[in-house]
Amino acid sequence: MAARSDTAAAVKDIEAYKYGFVTDIESDRAPKGLNEDIVRFISAKKNEPAWLLEWRLKAFRYWLTLADLEPAWAKLHYPKIDYQDAYYYAAPKQKAALKSMDEVDPQLVETYKKLGIPLLEQQIMSGVAVDAVFDSVSVATTYKKKLNELGVIFCPISEAVQKHPELVQKYLGSVVPVADNFFATLNSAVFTDGSFVYIPKGLRCPMELSTYFRINEKNTGQFERTLIIADEGSYVSYLEGCTAPQRDENQLHAAVVELVALDDAEIKYSTVQNWFPGDKDGKGGIYNFVTKRGACRGKNSKIMWTQVETGSAITWKYPSCILQGDNSVGEFYSVAITNNRQQADTGTKMIHIGRNTRSKIISKGISAGKSSNTYRGLVRVQGKADGARNYTQCDSLLIGSACAAHTVPYIENRNPTAQTEHEATTSKISEDQLFYCLQRGMTEEEAVSLIVNGFCKEVLQTLPMEFAVEAQKLVGISLEGSVG
Amino acid sequence: MIEIKNLHVSVQGKEILKGISLSINAGEVHAIMGPNGTGKSTLSNVIAGREGYEITQGSVTFAGQDLLAMEPDARARAGVFLAFQYPVEIPGVSTSAFLKTAINAKRRAEGLKEIDAMEFLKLVKAKTKALGIADDMIKRPLNVGFSGGEKKRAEVLQMTLLEPKFAVLDETDSGLDIDALKVVSDGVNALRGPERAFLVITHYQRLLNYIVPDHVHVMTGGRIVASGGRELALELEANGYAKYMAAA
Ligand SMILES: Nc1ncnc2c1ncn2[C@@H]1O[C@H](COP(=O)(O)OP(=O)(O)OP(=O)(O)O)[C@@H](O)[C@H]1O
Ligand SMILES: [Mg+2]
Repeated sequence: MAARSDTAAAVKDIEAYKYGFVTDIESDRAPKGLNEDIVRFISAKKNEPAWLLEWRLKAFRYWLTLADLEPAWAKLHYPKIDYQDAYYYAAPKQKAALKSMDEVDPQLVETYKKLGIPLLEQQIMSGVAVDAVFDSVSVATTYKKKLNELGVIFCPISEAVQKHPELVQKYLGSVVPVADNFFATLNSAVFTDGSFVYIPKGLRCPMELSTYFRINEKNTGQFERTLIIADEGSYVSYLEGCTAPQRDENQLHAAVVELVALDDAEIKYSTVQNWFPGDKDGKGGIYNFVTKRGACRGKNSKIMWTQVETGSAITWKYPSCILQGDNSVGEFYSVAITNNRQQADTGTKMIHIGRNTRSKIISKGISAGKSSNTYRGLVRVQGKADGARNYTQCDSLLIGSACAAHTVPYIENRNPTAQTEHEATTSKISEDQLFYCLQRGMTEEEAVSLIVNGFCKEVLQTLPMEFAVEAQKLVGISLEGSVG
Repeated sequence: MIEIKNLHVSVQGKEILKGISLSINAGEVHAIMGPNGTGKSTLSNVIAGREGYEITQGSVTFAGQDLLAMEPDARARAGVFLAFQYPVEIPGVSTSAFLKTAINAKRRAEGLKEIDAMEFLKLVKAKTKALGIADDMIKRPLNVGFSGGEKKRAEVLQMTLLEPKFAVLDETDSGLDIDALKVVSDGVNALRGPERAFLVITHYQRLLNYIVPDHVHVMTGGRIVASGGRELALELEANGYAKYMAAA
């Protein structure tokens, strides 16, 4: 029995969400609630040009008309969100403009260090440039100089608005239009910060670009906006990570990510999402309503989404590809893990428009505890997409008998020369498998982690090397306490 | 090393083991033979700690500890190994990843640091070669699509890597061809030593030509009905179990 209680103690230790601490830092906040004044306040805070304020206001006015049109088709249950009961702008107080990384508030540096993200360049993981977004603003971007020399623009989107307005104006909302959906519209009105990336023609960006999102303030929504443009023949690999303190209240996160790949360009976008998932009984946690979409605008372009979704109380997320360019390729690799009372409704859309466009979807859903995990995907082949191909594989793994897994694949094929393939499996970790592992000396947690990592290996392998190991550990940790 | 006393075990209300007593000293190899369904695997599973068995009487002590009070993984880390009669398939998990996790679980219990990748490869390579296991087998998911004989070899591979103090081999010879039988036996014999003990369950006395036991027990109807030396196995092969069935 001794061994069992040791394990239990170890599990309890890890179960406390590792990133659940709060940074005590003074912040600048807009008054609570949402109205035109708040939208103007945010825009003014960021010193935005008139066109952008207009764009926001247009979005806001449209959002008001959607009042009761919050999407309800997903397999998610949550109390109605009171959008007036939140803060839409919070920023850590700091001196005006930073001239160098050394001026970043040491408390913020310390916070990110605790999260495993070093901001001081001498400590930085080599080959990874980081943009750190704290509540509503970007607090630091590393390796700026080196990237500048290459012609890469990697900066907070608020800075891009000032320095590269023509690029922002040209592409903002061009993939996810203002009126796309309830949450995207809301984001368009109140987005505060996020990352902006431009990779010039023909450049293979030699560094991983990475943004690290952190929600710290209480009752604050995070509405970040990311825009990545890969010009002709360029390549970039981008990674996004997220955590939030452990709180009893639910917090809203409604981000928009837009990717644009021009001729022969390639974007690899990886996410390790580890927002606070709520406690064992479903108290607290982030509501994650995110719109991510990439446009393969040019011929032979490619966009590849990889997501490892382990956090959030609710995940509503469908990173998609619009395959406009002939021969363009969209790929979606997903691991979604739900435990305790978490709910995830996630998947992708592959819209085939150009000729010989190809897409591949590999989704691995793991449900444990009393959680619910839904894959929802759409493959649409339009009339002119001769020779389009799609391959979809959706595998679900159940741990225990109180959880649920659903697969909802939609296929709409309007071109007789196109081929789509769909495979789906559901399996369970059996008692026999667990016992076999235990007999070899592994603890239950190790056994589950080993089996689950094996189950989603194909997806984890697509992550950049530096993060694959972390993701593997995270997979194990997020399932702690799911057996026995 | 292991002391089983008057062990009674029921499965779903039906008594399967009806008072097993067996004592195995360090350095010894014992063999159990007996007809199908007499409770040999039940005994192995109870030693390893599988759930679903009700122990109504008796005790098992291992190296001075109350084995039945320990969790299955703790038993394994304490040095108890079971080569399964029916090894389980674990899709997605490569044999090498599985082996590495198992080795590290043991090392952690011994206060050692994790094995490094090079050392692991070298170790596994040496053992697979000795057991006639093809290199690419350890890249495949554990036991998935392995032939009957390959599964048994994989069990022995795990045993030689984990170097248990006490190993139960439940029909590890079933499904092996004649060459494999020899290779696998060599693997077991190489581990034999004054600090280890084995319990070998088999239907074929032929195995005992290779793994020569110190004691042979006959089990029928949930009891050990006869014990003797090596010659008992030969006698069983000649005359079958009829005489012992009557006794049970
Ligand atoms: N979970 C179970 N439910 C019901 N009966 C069981 C269960 N497990 C074992 N038994 C029964 O217990 C008896 C002993 O089974 P066990 O597997 O121990 O036999 P064995 O001696 O190993 O046979 P074999 O030589 O065929 O491997 C059998 O009658 C079997 O059907
Ligand atoms: Mg048996």
